[in-house]
Amino acid sequence: MMKFDIPAEANLIDKERVVGRPINRIDGPLKTTGRAPYAYERHDVAKGTAYGYILGASIAKGSIRTIDVGEARRAPGVLAIVTYENAGKLGKAKAHTARMLAGPGVQHYDQAVAIVVAETFEQARAAAHLIKVDYLREEGRFDLAGQRDKAVKPQEKGDTPDTAVGDFAAAFAAADVQLDETYTTPDQCHAMMEPHATIAAWEGDKLSLWTSNQMIAWAVRDMSETLLIPPERIHVSSPYIGGGFGSKLWVRADAVMAALGARATGRPVKVALTRPQAYNNTTHRPATIQRIRLGASRDGRISAIAHESWSGDLEGGDVEIAAKQTRQLYAGEARLTAHRLATLDLPEGNAMRAPGEAAGMLALEIAMDELAERLRMDPVQLRIVNDTQYDPEKGPSVPFSERRFVECLQLGADRFGWSRRNPTPGQVRDGRWLIGMGVAAAFRGNITMKSAARASVDKRGMVTIATDMTDIGTGSYTIIAQTAAELLGVPIERVSVQLGDSSFPVSAGSGGQWGGNSSTAGVYAACMSLRDAITQKVGFNSKDVVFENGELRSGTRVVSLAEAAGDKGITVDDGIEFGDLSERYAQATFGAHFVEAGVDRHTCEVRVRRMLGVFAAGRILNPKTARSQIIGAMSMGVGAALMEEAVVDKKRGYFVNHDMAEYLVPVHADIPHQEVVFLDEVDAKSSPMKAKGVGELGICGAGAAVANAVYNACGARIRDYPLTLNKILKSLPT
Amino acid sequence: MKPFNYERASDPRAAANIVSASPSRRFIAGGTNLLDLMKHEIEAPDHLVDINRLPLDQIDVLPDGGLRIGATVRNTDLMADQRVREHYPVLARALAAGASGQLRNRATTAGNLLQRTRCPYFYDTNQPCNKRVPGSGCSAAEGFSRNLGVVGTSEACIATHPSDMAVALRTLDAVVETLMPDGSERQIPIVDLHRLPGDTPHIETTLEQGELVKSVRLPKPIGGTQLYRKVRDRASYAFATVSIAAIVHPADRTVRVAFGGLAPKPWRVESAEKLADSGAKAISERLLADARPTSDNAYKLRLTERTLASVLEQGGMRT
Repeated sequence: MMKFDIPAEANLIDKERVVGRPINRIDGPLKTTGRAPYAYERHDVAKGTAYGYILGASIAKGSIRTIDVGEARRAPGVLAIVTYENAGKLGKAKAHTARMLAGPGVQHYDQAVAIVVAETFEQARAAAHLIKVDYLREEGRFDLAGQRDKAVKPQEKGDTPDTAVGDFAAAFAAADVQLDETYTTPDQCHAMMEPHATIAAWEGDKLSLWTSNQMIAWAVRDMSETLLIPPERIHVSSPYIGGGFGSKLWVRADAVMAALGARATGRPVKVALTRPQAYNNTTHRPATIQRIRLGASRDGRISAIAHESWSGDLEGGDVEIAAKQTRQLYAGEARLTAHRLATLDLPEGNAMRAPGEAAGMLALEIAMDELAERLRMDPVQLRIVNDTQYDPEKGPSVPFSERRFVECLQLGADRFGWSRRNPTPGQVRDGRWLIGMGVAAAFRGNITMKSAARASVDKRGMVTIATDMTDIGTGSYTIIAQTAAELLGVPIERVSVQLGDSSFPVSAGSGGQWGGNSSTAGVYAACMSLRDAITQKVGFNSKDVVFENGELRSGTRVVSLAEAAGDKGITVDDGIEFGDLSERYAQATFGAHFVEAGVDRHTCEVRVRRMLGVFAAGRILNPKTARSQIIGAMSMGVGAALMEEAVVDKKRGYFVNHDMAEYLVPVHADIPHQEVVFLDEVDAKSSPMKAKGVGELGICGAGAAVANAVYNACGARIRDYPLTLNKILKSLPT
Repeated sequence: MKPFNYERASDPRAAANIVSASPSRRFIAGGTNLLDLMKHEIEAPDHLVDINRLPLDQIDVLPDGGLRIGATVRNTDLMADQRVREHYPVLARALAAGASGQLRNRATTAGNLLQRTRCPYFYDTNQPCNKRVPGSGCSAAEGFSRNLGVVGTSEACIATHPSDMAVALRTLDAVVETLMPDGSERQIPIVDLHRLPGDTPHIETTLEQGELVKSVRLPKPIGGTQLYRKVRDRASYAFATVSIAAIVHPADRTVRVAFGGLAPKPWRVESAEKLADSGAKAISERLLADARPTSDNAYKLRLTERTLASVLEQGGMRT
């Protein structure tokens, strides 16, 4: 396995013959013609598939006294009903906070209580309504604000909960200008287009799952831990995924209950979660309360910066790491971050696109806008003044690998026409609209993950890459094909990419915006090995061999890839693992968001008018798919700013607005002109691809730029997301 | 969804007769609301009578210059009709503000009027709801009510009627024309179609079992500046927090205004309209005199006044 522990030197990717080009998605035609098989539509994989329907708990906390399935079991078409009483012994995967099947205890609303398996979907659903469950209700804790005082420092799992450098209290007290404000962000749901769905089939003691999942190896592991069977007996396939945003990082009830239903009936069983189940049965981004204190000198230099965040989760859960970016984004000698975890009996809180930064930047970047105002300073300039080229918690010995944050701000301000902004709120009118401009930083850490792939070439000279990497709409198929085409000197049409199958080498998977860079780096390693294997087989000198136009050349000798592969073809498995470069260098992605928004002066409706984002995120492997990632994330930022909120019924303990009609996300009419600019950058310390992640960067800060534009438009400073019209109305002068 | 019988009606009278036989029988037209309700088992009819092929899909000019809109005329077709756009623009605008293109293509005139509330507790069969299960209680009263009603509501129910079209029809004084199972016909002024909830929020209209809406009649055009303003949390495909259908005659200083998003039915108070000269504040105070908002939705009172001010200004009413 290739070890990446020294910065990449000049390499074949730098040629950018295929990589870095705005190539259309190679899987695009399959998707636009409906031929890409998504999990629920894998009609080809198993014969005689029965349908499963999950019944969820109707209480938030308590236990099941009795379940009467008699009438349901006798209903037309019903083949089996599985509850905790007949499911057999189940484990709880370490990655799951709540169990996938309730009973007798109920941990949250809509936790699965039963699966009904029937000949048709309608029969299964109708029968599920006939199951009578008698619950013993217990009092639950559903209100984060009410539990804030009881929150505790969480056990360290991934990220350190608390950090401190210097004497914050003293530095803050001594600062010329101070800001001490509290911001809140609501629970949010992924609301991806494709619901969680699985077809499960047993063959003897072997289980196959055709599902929709971002992390194939984790899916195998978690199913193994849940069903208490060895991972070798589990096969997972997930070649196409209709969005995940983190909700499909782990197998959920669809997979577990489908497997149980299939075991009970001896038939393949397919299950899709209903839209309401996506809200209360699965995971969500937890709400936060964030207190930010900033102290600065009159010239705008931050001397003290503190960010504390409170969030809640079920017992055994984890915090939303919302202060994480504040450890690295701005300079300042005295620093403090802290996270506290309250116990809440709501559904499981977990990762959603840019966990940590997405919520944290919503707060921090309003705080920076407020500080700029108190300093009577331009908010772009305030951010420039507080740039740092090293990790400010660790000092100059840990520089950023690449950090072109200031350039993003400057170029963005220039292209957006920032100089035309009137710093006094409420001064610019366009008919009934009050117009404002806002800016915010974009920041998201760069994570790298071990990743492997299989590369082969056959007697036709066709290259095939197989890896359990997933494409969640991000463009993985395409950038992997580009990488292989670049390294093996073939046109992209000569590369076939196979993804999302647990029989393939284990990749980084899709999460934390690590997938694009890490998985292509794994493919890089495999392709470099394949080059060596081919070169060796034909006896060329590996020093001067050139792969181009489907051939390899060395001096005057030329052999086609097809000839070199021969009848048997050549196949290698290889991958990449990452050393300590991420400790020796701070690695992150940067950007700047600029937003112009209108606020209706009567109704306080907010409509975004235009957005610009400028980003520095290493080599952009495909500007077209990268732009799609960014504009999608910017749109999600608009949602976070203006409308997205999973509303907690604090009496009954569940998310009330659990469908797409009530949980609002932006529609086309909400998203006006969006412009995306990538700085020309390579980051040799990130990977041999010299790329970084972009999938999450675009959401980080986007919502705060909207909030700041709203303030500039009308003077309403809302610190409680989302900025719905009733909150603005309340903040306006009467 | 429970199994049900389905039949396609051959003529309106037969349709009315079949449905009149049992309270568990229902008409179905576009199905954009009823089918969702059946999937959730909020409604569980055992017999559906499909009226889509009845000859109720025409828009005809009446001798008095008014229009008769068939019950199954699709929202898209109604909104695009040249006569509607020219003489009843408030209706065209309200239709365009509703739902999505796909839903409007399917949704019908009668179905739009008879659609049920969007209160989230009505849609969650695990929760008490007096409208869904009479006597079970109202979850919304102390739950999430930001987008629910402020006026015309009751202890038992604070749901709103979600239609945009109905709000416009209310300003136009439309008349709902129905066919009774016995073959007789009824003319129901739109104001009398929807009932206030009182203690029986599950009874939403004054229609009898089996009474078939055949058409909606619009009086002859009344001119004026006709506006529909829908205030919502996103630019499209969202229910109104407040909406206003307005017909303004600036020259003689008269207005007609009906409101959506506030009440269990399109909310219009004719006595308030007489205060047109006194401006939006006076009108909305009269309009909302009996309002009983929750802490979640009290903002709608101020929002109503401000939105009305904006609409009157747009309509050329200077106060």
